[in-house]
Amino acid sequence: MDAKRELLALLSTDARESTEDIARQLGIDADRVEGLLDELEAEGTVKGYQAVVDWDSVDDQRVAAFVELNVELDRETGYEEIADRIARFTEVESLRLVSGDYDFAIEVTGESMQDVSRFISNQIAPIPEITQTVTHFIMETYKEAGIDFGDRDGDDRLSVSP
Amino acid sequence: MTLQANDRVAGVPESGIRKFFELAEERDDVISLGVGEPDFSAPWAARTAAIHSLEQGKTSYTSNRGMADLRRLIADYCRRWDQAYDPNTEILVTTGASEAVDLALRTFVSPGDSVALHEPNYISYEPGIQFAGGEPLRVPTSAANDFVLTPEALAAAGAEEADVLVLCYPNNPTGAVMTESEVRAVADFCVDHDVSVIADEIYAALTYEGKHTSIATMPGMRERTIVINGFSKAYAMTGLRLGYALGPADAVDSLNRVHQYTMLSAPTTAQYAAVEALRSCADAVEEMTTAYNRRRRFVLSRFEEMGMDCFTARGAFYAFPECGGDDEAFAESLLKEQGVAVVPGRVFGERGAGHLRVSYATGMRELKTAMDRIETFYENQ
Repeated sequence: MDAKRELLALLSTDARESTEDIARQLGIDADRVEGLLDELEAEGTVKGYQAVVDWDSVDDQRVAAFVELNVELDRETGYEEIADRIARFTEVESLRLVSGDYDFAIEVTGESMQDVSRFISNQIAPIPEITQTVTHFIMETYKEAGIDFGDRDGDDRLSVSP
Repeated sequence: MTLQANDRVAGVPESGIRKFFELAEERDDVISLGVGEPDFSAPWAARTAAIHSLEQGKTSYTSNRGMADLRRLIADYCRRWDQAYDPNTEILVTTGASEAVDLALRTFVSPGDSVALHEPNYISYEPGIQFAGGEPLRVPTSAANDFVLTPEALAAAGAEEADVLVLCYPNNPTGAVMTESEVRAVADFCVDHDVSVIADEIYAALTYEGKHTSIATMPGMRERTIVINGFSKAYAMTGLRLGYALGPADAVDSLNRVHQYTMLSAPTTAQYAAVEALRSCADAVEEMTTAYNRRRRFVLSRFEEMGMDCFTARGAFYAFPECGGDDEAFAESLLKEQGVAVVPGRVFGERGAGHLRVSYATGMRELKTAMDRIETFYENQ
């Protein structure tokens, strides 16, 4: 694996490491890590750095939903154009074109179920190419971004062993 | 008559690791870098296969040699190290690699035989040799030589006269590996002086720079080598107790003669887990080895920064730095003052004195804190 790929793999596990600690783990110097990060950001490979938050553990009003969207394309309008219009809403956390029974899978957040429903019916459904929406409110998150919220595998090893 | 341990058993001292285990257990704020097993759990697919086998009522013995499917998969797996063994006649599945080591010593060591072993080394070999009635012949290795075993060191220790050599690379406790040419040199020595080899390759999959070379693949070595490996380290399955021995058919027949009367067969549930591990868990293993390799580089560079001499360990999950004084006193004070547990090197033989075995089978976050504490302790002593 080249250094860039190794860096990406490491950042995907934990992006909060200091440059020095990343350098130590990859066996390269800190300046090189900074240089690679600059490159990855400039070329658009790394889009951002975020925490994986279990919002349910925070006393906060937050509702999220997965929404299936069906669209009908015409000669002037393709997936790209529709995606662009949907992605601009800050309420839309993620947007993907998928194979299967529907076209787009989006994740929407709001302060209440009513808030999310209103957003879908007032902003998304009226887009002319959208023929159908199905909203699934998220009841519980067990795992996100590769992180298991349950953390069921505790360390029960002997403290010193041969 | 009261129960009295025989001379062989009574003559073997208690493991030096015990004392540190007890010291570390006394407090609950210890970060332990003293653990000789992975911090990961076995891959989930392997665990579910074990659970499923139990649900299906697969709780009887298997064939003495282990399930045929498992032996076939082991034969395929070992080809990555150019090892070619017939699953029907040349593979024996054992209860951990530890059973395989014990079987090999009891089978191939006759009373009074000289058994060479490099030092520092894993703590079980010397007692195993003694239980088998052999005479341990310690062959020193040192940091100056990256803890590699050489023909010169073997000759200097008088190993030309040895009957058996126990070889363990990648090594516990040092993390040392041997390159192909280094292995070849030891192989030539063994052929020239008619020495058999018990090669414990339990850490083979945890080789970080280059590829593991098995001594059994060197010219003239296959017929005189028992290779031992298992699922504990690479697949994080220590508690499932599953290993295997590879060797020429006659030799494996002999191992099986002891195994069939003493163990009957390796744990059935673990064999089902191992089948699934070999079939579908290569990605999980790669994820774990990538993590170990990052931690290895991290630990080595931290030792370098704090000015502790530490040779470049390229295998297993241990670093073996020099502590610049009495290793036992260092480890004890480090535990008391900073709450970090490491194992003093002399536990692994006199040649380990002055060193510490630092296991990096611990999460990055704890590892960082532990290394900072070691630095503080090292600077203040």
